[in-house]
Amino acid sequence: MRLLTHNMLSSNIKGVANGFPLKIEVVTVVEKEVEFNIEFLKKMFSKVEWKALAEASRTMGYTELPENADASMLDSDDFLHKFHHALLELHLEEGALVCPETGRKFPVNKGVPNMLLHEDEV
Amino acid sequence: MHSRTAKIALVSSHPEVYEPCDDSFALVDALLADRTNLLQHHPSICMEIGCGSGYVITSLAVMLGHEGFVPYYIATDINRHAIRATRETMDAHGVYTELVNTDITSGLEKRLAGSVDVLVVNPPYVPTPEDEVGCEGITSAWAGGENGRSVIDKILPAADTLLSEKGWLYMVTLTANNPSEICLEMRKKGYASRIILQRSTEEESLHIIKFWRDSDSELELNNLNYWTKLVMN
Ligand SMILES: C[S@@+](CC[C@H](N)C(=O)[O-])C[C@H]1O[C@@H](n2cnc3c(N)ncnc32)[C@H](O)[C@@H]1O
Repeated sequence: MRLLTHNMLSSNIKGVANGFPLKIEVVTVVEKEVEFNIEFLKKMFSKVEWKALAEASRTMGYTELPENADASMLDSDDFLHKFHHALLELHLEEGALVCPETGRKFPVNKGVPNMLLHEDEV
Repeated sequence: MHSRTAKIALVSSHPEVYEPCDDSFALVDALLADRTNLLQHHPSICMEIGCGSGYVITSLAVMLGHEGFVPYYIATDINRHAIRATRETMDAHGVYTELVNTDITSGLEKRLAGSVDVLVVNPPYVPTPEDEVGCEGITSAWAGGENGRSVIDKILPAADTLLSEKGWLYMVTLTANNPSEICLEMRKKGYASRIILQRSTEEESLHIIKFWRDSDSELELNNLNYWTKLVMN
């Protein structure tokens, strides 16, 4: 699972008001190279919640992202490459996503988050 | 020439996973027929709900190309075996999709609201007893409850939440699902629709419907009258 997807997931448990961002528990991280595309990054920048991405990438062991970011930084090649790496190339392969409100763990196996709920959570 | 769809020989199979069938082929043919429009549409985020073997989302990724600007592909399925099959099918074709094991798009709706440019769905649409819907394994691949609408009727509001301003939804339906009523429902949410492919097989008559947001009120009225007529007849 890419951090882009982590950035698009929130806890879906009934009654949870603030299910975003999910905390990451890391067991295995893998890196996979992805072709760099500025236009795509610019599109995604407007959708991404920056703080969640920066925090998630730190949890995954990548500490290069600045704490804050704004659109003017998209002019910097250096920034774009770091953003690219954090967003698309770092994968949570094994681990869990943890609901920030209830602590419920959503397992991530073979890179796939399992967001299926138990009957009493729907 | 490069193939423009996934190759059947490379599609992963598993006893618990829906094999590409007439409905899957109809959906992919409809996407292929609309390929020029899809390329011009220049989607940033493409999604499939209920990816099964991965045949449809892989075909979409293959036909839109995987060089230069590659959209973010994300697919869901309630069946974990289907998720694994989709991963294998994608890998065999050298394309990449993010996968989430979930019910419809649960967990993604908040953050992906208004962002999906292309959504494709071949839902479980076969009329069955209600208790077969969403049960473990292969039955949930086709079991659609009353009129085959149980899962479809949950997908439609999710699609409305997820689609971007320019978003398109492609969905497979069966005559028994009452496609004209589905279009009317979507019309009320502000969508225009068109049957872009119709195919009758021995067992069923399939429609692939394309939906898009449409604020042109005149058109809206015309379509509404058109669909109302169809529903009446
Ligand atoms: C008719 S099959 C289509 C599979 C594949 N897209 C194709 O066209 O060959 C429907 C798929 O939807 C999945 N499905 C059924 N109910 C679902 C739900 N509530 N949420 C997500 N996926 C679901 C099934 O597991 C199955 O893979």
